[in-house]
Amino acid sequence: METGKTKVISVLVENKPGVLHTISNLFRRRNFNIESITVGPTEQADIARMTITVNEDEKTIDQIVKQVAKQIDVLRVGELEEGNFVMRELSLIKVKVESSKERSDIINFAEVFRGRIIDVSTDSLIIEITGTPDKIDAFLNLMKNFGIIELARTGITALSRGVKSIRIDG
Amino acid sequence: MNMTQMSGAEALLESLERQKVDTVFGILGGAILPVYDALCGNKKIRHILARHEQCAAHAAEGYARASGKAGVCMATSGPGATNLVTGIANAYMDSSPIIALTGQVPSSGANTSYMIGKDAFQEADIIGIVTAVTKYSYQPRSIPEIPSIVNNAFYIATTGRPGPVLIDLPKNIQSEIADVEFTNKISLRGYKLSTEPNQTRISEAANLLAKAERPIILAGGGVITAGASDELIQMSDLLMAPVATTFMGKGSFPENHPLSLGSIGMHGNPAANKLIGESDVLLAVGTRFSDRATANLDSFAPNAKKIHIEIDNAEINKNIEIDIPIVADAKKALKMLLIATSKKLQKAEGTMWNKMVKEAKEQLSPLLKERPKDVIPKNLLITLRKLLPASAIITTEVGQNQMWSALYFKALQPRTFISSGGLGTMGFGFPAAIGAKVACPERQVVDIAGDGSFIMTEQELACSVAENIPVTVIVLNNSVLGMVAQWQRTLYKRRYMAVNLGKTPDFVKLAEAYGAQGLRINSIEEFEKAIKTATTGNITTVIDVPISSENDVVPFVPPGCGLPQQRGDY
Ligand SMILES: Cc1ncc(C[n+]2csc(CCOP(=O)(O)OP(=O)(O)O)c2C)c(N)n1
Repeated sequence: METGKTKVISVLVENKPGVLHTISNLFRRRNFNIESITVGPTEQADIARMTITVNEDEKTIDQIVKQVAKQIDVLRVGELEEGNFVMRELSLIKVKVESSKERSDIINFAEVFRGRIIDVSTDSLIIEITGTPDKIDAFLNLMKNFGIIELARTGITALSRGVKSIRIDG
Repeated sequence: MNMTQMSGAEALLESLERQKVDTVFGILGGAILPVYDALCGNKKIRHILARHEQCAAHAAEGYARASGKAGVCMATSGPGATNLVTGIANAYMDSSPIIALTGQVPSSGANTSYMIGKDAFQEADIIGIVTAVTKYSYQPRSIPEIPSIVNNAFYIATTGRPGPVLIDLPKNIQSEIADVEFTNKISLRGYKLSTEPNQTRISEAANLLAKAERPIILAGGGVITAGASDELIQMSDLLMAPVATTFMGKGSFPENHPLSLGSIGMHGNPAANKLIGESDVLLAVGTRFSDRATANLDSFAPNAKKIHIEIDNAEINKNIEIDIPIVADAKKALKMLLIATSKKLQKAEGTMWNKMVKEAKEQLSPLLKERPKDVIPKNLLITLRKLLPASAIITTEVGQNQMWSALYFKALQPRTFISSGGLGTMGFGFPAAIGAKVACPERQVVDIAGDGSFIMTEQELACSVAENIPVTVIVLNNSVLGMVAQWQRTLYKRRYMAVNLGKTPDFVKLAEAYGAQGLRINSIEEFEKAIKTATTGNITTVIDVPISSENDVVPFVPPGCGLPQQRGDY
């Protein structure tokens, strides 16, 4: 359901078991829609960063931030300020190849999108592509013409630009 | 460093003692046996054997709400733990501090293979199950971490907006021995408490209140938690503002005070429901604006600027748009607000608003149209109030009995009205009464019950008799699930379905079967006598009060309607 633009919420959490469950359970229980969620360790091993993208109105985002902040394993939370952050997604795409013409076409497209060929077999290629979700969508549209055999997307991860940071000491 | 060699179970008990725990309500089983073994001979902690784990949790909550301290309940793994869930959910909804201790199958160990996650006998993923209804939960994986886990658990449960915390104890962790060190340290870097009021907000609020022509105060359960009743009374007196409470706030403001309006809501006091809609400034303290309190949001205090004092930031703007939020401890905020407002206020005696309040109270008081001899809930509850001291503790079940109690039984002190507000759990009142009596043995404790609700947890008569915890249960016996019957009568054209309890048990004989005292009354005089017998005796008493099955609770704000659209001949 589209209600507006995708918003990105960055959350620093204790890097320990059960935290992802707590957060995803909170979203389900409060009827907040998650578009994507990614988790990984940060520069401090005991802290993980969750990047959550949601498509909700301002009032709901306010509630999301407050409800997430209330969780005891959450150390910091903030919505990334529009236009003031960078976001990337990584995608692996296995594409069908039926001729050498197709093979070179796909390689050309991948180059235009700054993708990389990371696996080659007689009848398929795997391309790694990183970028904003829009860019990945556009590339996937092109690849559909060849036939996508398998697809994996990581979901969005993001950071604020410059000095504005969501850090535990900031 | 002060290391002691002990088992995990001993470390747990020592940690509980350091938290001044004097009572644990529970039922044992295989996976919690090492803790019970360690309890054997313990002189500091009294264990009260409940007859159902749900009731152990409710009793812990009754204890907590009567005393202000955390209540503790305990159960074995699997079914013991899942039986606690309703009680934990109840405490979560009503922000009550309870600690739930559960046994769990072994996580590892020398003599046992690793069992968690293997669907071992009586394994239940209790943490997974209660995540949505606990403030936090722990599962210690080593013995030395037990003291700090217990410290943190009590700190989380009792501070900020209180709530239940569960500690799930794998059996091997209970029985194995390790070097343990006890500290009072709390290590919770992610736990954010905002208790200090923002000075700017306070002075904005003071400006608004000083200029208000029709101020009203709405007090929620947070006032009771914060122990802010004195400040609330001072605030009301200063502003000459009437005070309505939410259902959970009942008792935060003495209901015999001239400015008390009783509680608002679906079955609120008519004067409170009316006046809140006419106010120009609403000072809400420690409330989450539940739908049962506000009714339709569009007609909730539509002309009022709203100030919201609340310790839980997530409650600000959740249900109601707030003009001035003050995220802080209610007592601290009210103290500061009193000083700030008194400097700005020009006191005017006998304003129009005061006249309106007085008139509304006189015309719309549900206590007015009396036929004092009829055995109807109103007269019973007014009589009960006259017979009980102000410090007596009332608990209620859920349904009409509960709403009648809210309407007609005037609570005069905080922590004397204990009822399941948020979850509306039938069967809560009786075990909660047992818990309250344990916390306050010198006070009288009375559960006002419906027959349907009482049947849900009546087996705790066994507990109250065996453990010598005398409480009084008044069964408003209408032979129906009355509140639901009322909905079917008013909203479903009298199409009664599954609300008739048929021939209810003989509650006098039932009480006697458990070794308790049973009395039946058929007049107000008999009721008075029965209450005296019950509250002066030293034995749990069930008073069966047959009443008509056709009584409605009025007023009634039908679902979807606003508070001003209250119906009924009140
Ligand atoms: C555990 C539980 N089950 C069902 C309900 C739904 N419910 C609400 S009130 C009510 C009837 C209560 O009947 P009774 O205890 O006899 O009280 P009365 O309304 O007659 O005073 C029911 C079934 C509930 N609140 N709690």
